[in-house]
Amino acid sequence: MITLTHVYGLAGLFFAAISMLSARDTTNPRRLINALFWGLMAVSFLFGNQIGDLGNGLIATGLVMLGALGLGKGAASLPTGETRLAQARRHGNLLFLPALIIPTTALAGTLLVRQSAWAADWIDPGQATLICLAIGALIAVGVLMIWLRPPALAPLEEARRLLETVGWAAILPQMLAALGAVFLAAGVGEEVGRLASLWLPLETRTTAVIAYCLGMALFTIMMGNAFAAFPVMTAAIGLPILIRGFGGDPAAVCAIGMLAGFCGTLLTPMAANFNVVPANLLDLPDRQRAFNGVIRAQAPTALGLLVVNIILMNGLAFSS
Amino acid sequence: MFALLGIAVVALGFLLRAHPLLVVLAAAATTGLGAAWTPGVDIGALGLAATDTLRTFGRAFNDSRFISAVWIVLAAIGLLERSGLQEQARRLVSAVRAASPGRLLGIYFVVRQGAAALGLTSLGGHAQMVRPLIAPMAEGAAETTIGPLQERERMLIRAHAAGADNIGLFFGEDIFIAIGSILLMVGFLQQSGIIVEPLDLSIYAIPTAIAALLIHGTRLLLLDNTLRRRLSDTTASSAR
Repeated sequence: MITLTHVYGLAGLFFAAISMLSARDTTNPRRLINALFWGLMAVSFLFGNQIGDLGNGLIATGLVMLGALGLGKGAASLPTGETRLAQARRHGNLLFLPALIIPTTALAGTLLVRQSAWAADWIDPGQATLICLAIGALIAVGVLMIWLRPPALAPLEEARRLLETVGWAAILPQMLAALGAVFLAAGVGEEVGRLASLWLPLETRTTAVIAYCLGMALFTIMMGNAFAAFPVMTAAIGLPILIRGFGGDPAAVCAIGMLAGFCGTLLTPMAANFNVVPANLLDLPDRQRAFNGVIRAQAPTALGLLVVNIILMNGLAFSS
Repeated sequence: MFALLGIAVVALGFLLRAHPLLVVLAAAATTGLGAAWTPGVDIGALGLAATDTLRTFGRAFNDSRFISAVWIVLAAIGLLERSGLQEQARRLVSAVRAASPGRLLGIYFVVRQGAAALGLTSLGGHAQMVRPLIAPMAEGAAETTIGPLQERERMLIRAHAAGADNIGLFFGEDIFIAIGSILLMVGFLQQSGIIVEPLDLSIYAIPTAIAALLIHGTRLLLLDNTLRRRLSDTTASSAR
């Protein structure tokens, strides 16, 4: 049976290859930091279950330090723009088909494992989506290698290029999930629940939903990052009050809560990549102001969707 | 009580633009130490709390590896980009003959949201699509269908071009099952002993995605009217 362990093995080898390609990339001034960073990721994926909790904690700390030192970027491995344009002309819309292999395999595989006992014997039903996603990625790479015949190392070189544009942010969601675990172990949720019940009217379900959604949006506006707001607000209100207290469906509460956070992202200059960078790129005259043209253009939709999310959570999360 | 200091560290750290990874680690340390701290606690007990927190963090980091495992899809996405995927997307977009700036931005918004829902978040973006293509095309459509643009209206169109990209991305990507935010939720819930599949979460992104489509789509279509009204106002007032 294929389990998550196999996916981790595959990802471990992938990160090990990225690490080696980074180490020999002389165009990258910080190639050793990159090589160590992705190398630690490879160790985590290949040996994470053998090195103990403290070992994993030290790996996580090492990744944070290397990420804070700053990863570098090498020269792009891409062919020139003209070559790519010529390829686009030659292949046309067929290029979109391999891109659809990954989501299709992940979705179809998940549903198949849920429906048929035969598929559930082959693929661990608890982790079907991620396993099928990895299989879809392998199929897509295979199809592209046969169809377009790029150099043998091209998939790994292109993955290195893309990972360098993502940089340390590649591990931020995983780090935030781990932070959430520390919050839970320290009883942050109970503390906030106790404090919040003194100051906020959280006795009724609707006010608790409003507090969680507005809290996600406000924290995101403050921090510029809905991912960072999520563990905080969910440990504080979502989990103890909405899920445990009012019996809300965890999937609906979290998914809609995150989207309420995204409404906050549309409203804040702290989310520089989304709201400040385009204002600079487009030479907006008010790009230096806190609420530049991009944020003002987004605000009515963001506020409308925040209300929609509150209504949706109230209606969908407590139906059963 | 002092466990809550960790939350303050996260908020302050991001607010002051400290390195997010350092903020996360500092918040974890503060939370663990704050929970153990009582007046007159001895150093040994705090040291023990620090290693305990590092263990908790390490175990959760190891349990949450699936969140970062999805980066292997970059091998396929990278190969596609190498073969001209973004160039083809640009060719398709530039072939669109929209009758007005609002409709052009509306079409881009819908395509961006649909592509993001399929996991193709790299088909778009401010540097790749909005600045070189979408904003100039929308300005061009306005000049041919509405008339010469004033500076203020030109900037309004540009701001809406960027907004269409952001809103399409944000309220499309969570429908895809293997995006960072979905997996962060799976990991967080798993740490609290609640098992959900990514698919269960992404299904709940669909109603909001539809609402975003309706609200923002309508606003983009109404943009044409706003531009017409504003431009006729300025011509009327300058003729007076």
